[in-house]
Amino acid sequence: MLDCGMHMGYNDDRRFPDFSYITQNGRLTEFLDCVIISHFHLDHCGALPYMSEMVGYDGPIYMTHPTKAICPILLEDFRKITVDKRGETNFFTSQMIKDCMKKVVPINLHQTVQVDDELEIKAYYAGHVLGAAMVQIKVGAESVVYTGDYNMTPDRHLGAAWIDKCRPDILISESTYATTIRDSKRCRERDFLKKVHESVERGGKVLIPVFALGRAQELCILLETFWERMNLKAPIYFSTGLTEKANHYYKLFITWTNQKIRKTFVQRNMFEFKHIKAFDRAYADNPGPMVVFATPGMLHAGQSLQIFKKWAGNEKNMVIMPGYCVQGTVGHKILNGQKKLEMEGRATLEVKLQVEYMSFSAHADAKGIMQLIRMAEPRNILLVHGEAKKMEFLKDKIEQEFSISCFMPANGETTTVETNPSVPVDISLNLLKREMALGGPLPDPKKPRTMHGTLIMKDNSLRLVSGDQALKELGLSEHQLRFTCRVQLQDAHSDADTLTRIYTHLKSVLKAYTIQHLPDGTVMVESIVIKVSSTAEEPNVKVILLSWSYQDEELGSFLSTLLKKGLPAAL
Amino acid sequence: MKLYCLSGHPTLPCNVLKFKSTTIMLDCGLDITSALHFLPLPLVHSQRLSKLPGWVSKDGMINLEKELKECAGRVFVDSLPEFCLPEKELLDLSTVDVILISNYHCMMALPYITEHTGFTGTVYATEPTLQIGRLLMEEFVNFMERVPKAQSATCWKSKEIQRLLPGPLKDAQEVWAWKRCYSMQEVNSALSKVQLVGYSQKVELFGAVQVTPLSSGYSLGSSNWIIQSHYEKVSYVSGSSLLTTHPQPMDQSSLKNSDVLILTGLTQIPTANPDGMLGEFCSNLAMTIRAGGNVLVPCHSSGVIYDLLECLYQFMDSANLGTAPFYFISPVANSSLEFSQIFAEWLCQNKQSKVYLPEPPFPHAELVQTNKLKHYPSIHGDFSSEFRQPCVVFTGHPSLRFGDVVHFMELWGKSSLNTIIFTEPDFAYLDALAPYQPLAMKCVYCPIDTRLNFHQVSKLLKEVQPLHVVCPEQYTQPPPSQSHRSDLMLELQPPPMAYRRCSVLGLPFRRRYERIQILPELAKSLVPSEIKPGVSVATVSAVLHSKDNKHVLQPVPKPAPAPPTKKRKRVQEEPPERLGPKPLLSGAVPLEPFLATLHKQNKWCSMLPQMRVRVSCKEIYGTKCSN
Repeated sequence: MLDCGMHMGYNDDRRFPDFSYITQNGRLTEFLDCVIISHFHLDHCGALPYMSEMVGYDGPIYMTHPTKAICPILLEDFRKITVDKRGETNFFTSQMIKDCMKKVVPINLHQTVQVDDELEIKAYYAGHVLGAAMVQIKVGAESVVYTGDYNMTPDRHLGAAWIDKCRPDILISESTYATTIRDSKRCRERDFLKKVHESVERGGKVLIPVFALGRAQELCILLETFWERMNLKAPIYFSTGLTEKANHYYKLFITWTNQKIRKTFVQRNMFEFKHIKAFDRAYADNPGPMVVFATPGMLHAGQSLQIFKKWAGNEKNMVIMPGYCVQGTVGHKILNGQKKLEMEGRATLEVKLQVEYMSFSAHADAKGIMQLIRMAEPRNILLVHGEAKKMEFLKDKIEQEFSISCFMPANGETTTVETNPSVPVDISLNLLKREMALGGPLPDPKKPRTMHGTLIMKDNSLRLVSGDQALKELGLSEHQLRFTCRVQLQDAHSDADTLTRIYTHLKSVLKAYTIQHLPDGTVMVESIVIKVSSTAEEPNVKVILLSWSYQDEELGSFLSTLLKKGLPAAL
Repeated sequence: MKLYCLSGHPTLPCNVLKFKSTTIMLDCGLDITSALHFLPLPLVHSQRLSKLPGWVSKDGMINLEKELKECAGRVFVDSLPEFCLPEKELLDLSTVDVILISNYHCMMALPYITEHTGFTGTVYATEPTLQIGRLLMEEFVNFMERVPKAQSATCWKSKEIQRLLPGPLKDAQEVWAWKRCYSMQEVNSALSKVQLVGYSQKVELFGAVQVTPLSSGYSLGSSNWIIQSHYEKVSYVSGSSLLTTHPQPMDQSSLKNSDVLILTGLTQIPTANPDGMLGEFCSNLAMTIRAGGNVLVPCHSSGVIYDLLECLYQFMDSANLGTAPFYFISPVANSSLEFSQIFAEWLCQNKQSKVYLPEPPFPHAELVQTNKLKHYPSIHGDFSSEFRQPCVVFTGHPSLRFGDVVHFMELWGKSSLNTIIFTEPDFAYLDALAPYQPLAMKCVYCPIDTRLNFHQVSKLLKEVQPLHVVCPEQYTQPPPSQSHRSDLMLELQPPPMAYRRCSVLGLPFRRRYERIQILPELAKSLVPSEIKPGVSVATVSAVLHSKDNKHVLQPVPKPAPAPPTKKRKRVQEEPPERLGPKPLLSGAVPLEPFLATLHKQNKWCSMLPQMRVRVSCKEIYGTKCSN
């Protein structure tokens, strides 16, 4: 199972995957070899405790170390909002999250994990958030790469996704930004800073709803360096709780960040912010400008929504949405230009503050997806994690550019992809070395050499050995097959002369062969014996006797055909 | 398959393995014990060391006053220290394809190899090994470069002269191969050739060999290596530990089924128990501090020091150490402490779960935060003004020949209140102390070496069952000082193959098979027939395609149909191509159908009276008939 996420836009059963697609009768353990979680975002791991503890799964769950560290915290946070705030029942408990995490096996980048005798997995750096990974899944010669979410351009705190040319049979890629080609990141950053700066200059308050981990750190580093450079004094706050802790994770998992941060962390740890302080609820009413990072990112609940309500009425203020918002959230509504929002208890909220959208999501855009395809050279592509219409466009583009088939199954749909694996066999070193020596240092594409061997299939092993060795091993004797053929020829010479004439003729035709005229009245072409005889009644009708072994079939047939045509008169 | 042994030091190995057309160097250890023959390099001008008498042979024939000095009854070389490199003449080192590093102590000779032998290959190491190895090299270079010494002594090395010198200088080996320390530039260039690998990562070398590092449990990122093809497996075990300290535990099961196991890096102090030594360390330290004395701990800047600090952290309150500060003085002290905290993936489970909280895995973060542990790049600068006594000083180098430790020896050596505690096992402590004698200071020797001892190793070998074991000759006999202890050696059946510096061992291997891929189109065309119950056979005729050491069998291409030209008749007269041998004929002949076919053929043949088919053996395969 690749990822086990939840849908942010639903609050009913539809938020979790429908596991009855796997089995109708409850527990999943016997249907799954393993579960792999690509990163800690809830749309990739939100249903994990539900799946493992409520539906029932006891096998291994693989994720990277940072994901293992951060995932339970986000799950607990999600649980609190759902159960404690909204009062839902029939939801997973804290204990279930703990029990679920006990089943997690942490993996390192590039480590090959042997799940069972056949199945092996390997993680690659995906760059999307701290600890995000792509996974290669391999059985024998067949393999699948699942990207999770990834980012092909390095940013201020993470590196770019990377994979080697592993030529998987299927590449399962996210396609969030299937049709977007984003302008340069530098422009977006400049835009962002300009907007924040202007707003603060005119005394406004800026709200940036973020998820605690991921873009939050990226934007903090951006603002921190800007504040330092411009010597600004307006306070920057970070909503408390999770986020302080989050920065600790970044410090301890610094090996997962980009090269620059890793190189300088001893002198200056980029996640120790000087200008950014912890937020207190009371600060929201302070006069004067300020910038606040608050969770969650889609303005659907919690502190960010509270602050938004307070500040929405003033046109001097600004909210900057740095990422994607799911339909149904306040974030989605205001981005679509809605100016009046219905709140709980029939109150309406007028939105006067400026609303800005700026994509800082660390997903690969169309260019990035194509780049990854070029990197991995898959034989088939399967698009997921995107909108159908946009996927359609990308699918066409991929099929055009790479001429490989591209699939985009909808929920509940099954895609069958044919693979064509070759068969691994053990070849005897003697045979291989002999063939390679005969073949010469460079292969000749015009005259391919045919090698012969015998494949022995025994106890699940396949061995290719030379014929002699196979016979010896199996205790069999070799059969001799000889072909003998008589050709009648009119030739007015003595038998001996005819033989000499044949010898001379063959000499001129078969230049590359050894031809011998033996004193016992035979001509040997390689191992083919040629004799001439005639009867006393018809001395001019010569009977030529040819005899060859199966090994010399081609040459033997050729000779008999040649001699049937008679000898040239010129001899 | 051959093994070239370039180092005689069992814990600082350097071997080259030739295996299936690849040349693989296993570790690149630098033997630093040669430094013990040199005078210490003082950081601050030392009256005592600068006024030592030069050495003249008893008969006055040889005068090496400038190069050799007499100090405390021994003769030392007065020059920048030199170190014993791996053997460079045994084979052409430019042919080495890759270098596999097992831990940061075993890579100190890397710049000599990568920069001065024409090496063009790749070095493989884990990230902690690279980062901490870099720190140790940086420190090493820094120790040498900050006390420049113009003099380089060479006369004493001449064979005729060395023979006449007093011991132990007389017995020094390979003195002509000794070299000075490299420069930072060479370090950077050497380390730029390192490619990072993770545990259990399979790395393909030229498609012929696969190498995989495995956790060895000895230090951060330390690894053993598996070198294997589809049929042969060589395990390289170097510096492994089964004790639970900070690194990830040793991966033993992956070493199973090796054809050859190369065993190096066992404990250097087989008689000492690391846990007991740690206790002794703490109690001696506490005793000295309580009596108002200072404690000097000469140590490497990474490794055991993390365990020492952790031990002190737990022990501090109960031991009544008061406010005595701990100082860690090294050019890389800060980096070493910081780096230790960011390698969660490489730590033991216990420490990993701390990171999940999130808390720093090592408690020295708290010691630093509460100012109990202070770190300084050197004794100059801030340290001189903030220094308070009594205190505990951790500093290098453990050989006592260079680094800040030289200063503390001069400073504290005269007082019997002070104690020096040796924890590193790499140097004989009496030899290390020789140029400082006579000393009033107390000396305590608690070497902590967590590497495998002989008992653990024989248990391990029983478990993983290698066919052959290769090890340094030192492991095949008891240590010279304890020749009656037959338990301090390897006793195996078959006996291990022992090596010494410059040995070339032929490893007992017979390669029989190679992996080849049969393309699906070809595989489909094969017709297996069951010869015996459970054994099927198919004859294969195919085109062999070999590229990058990978072999593929493709179907024989069908000859292109001859173009219908007017010269067709002439084409037919071309003699046939010489083809390879035909598949062999064997097996039972289905007699009934064969006779039937023969009968049919005979009818056809009878129409051409000049042709006849004759079967000239008892058994016949198939029904092929000549035209």
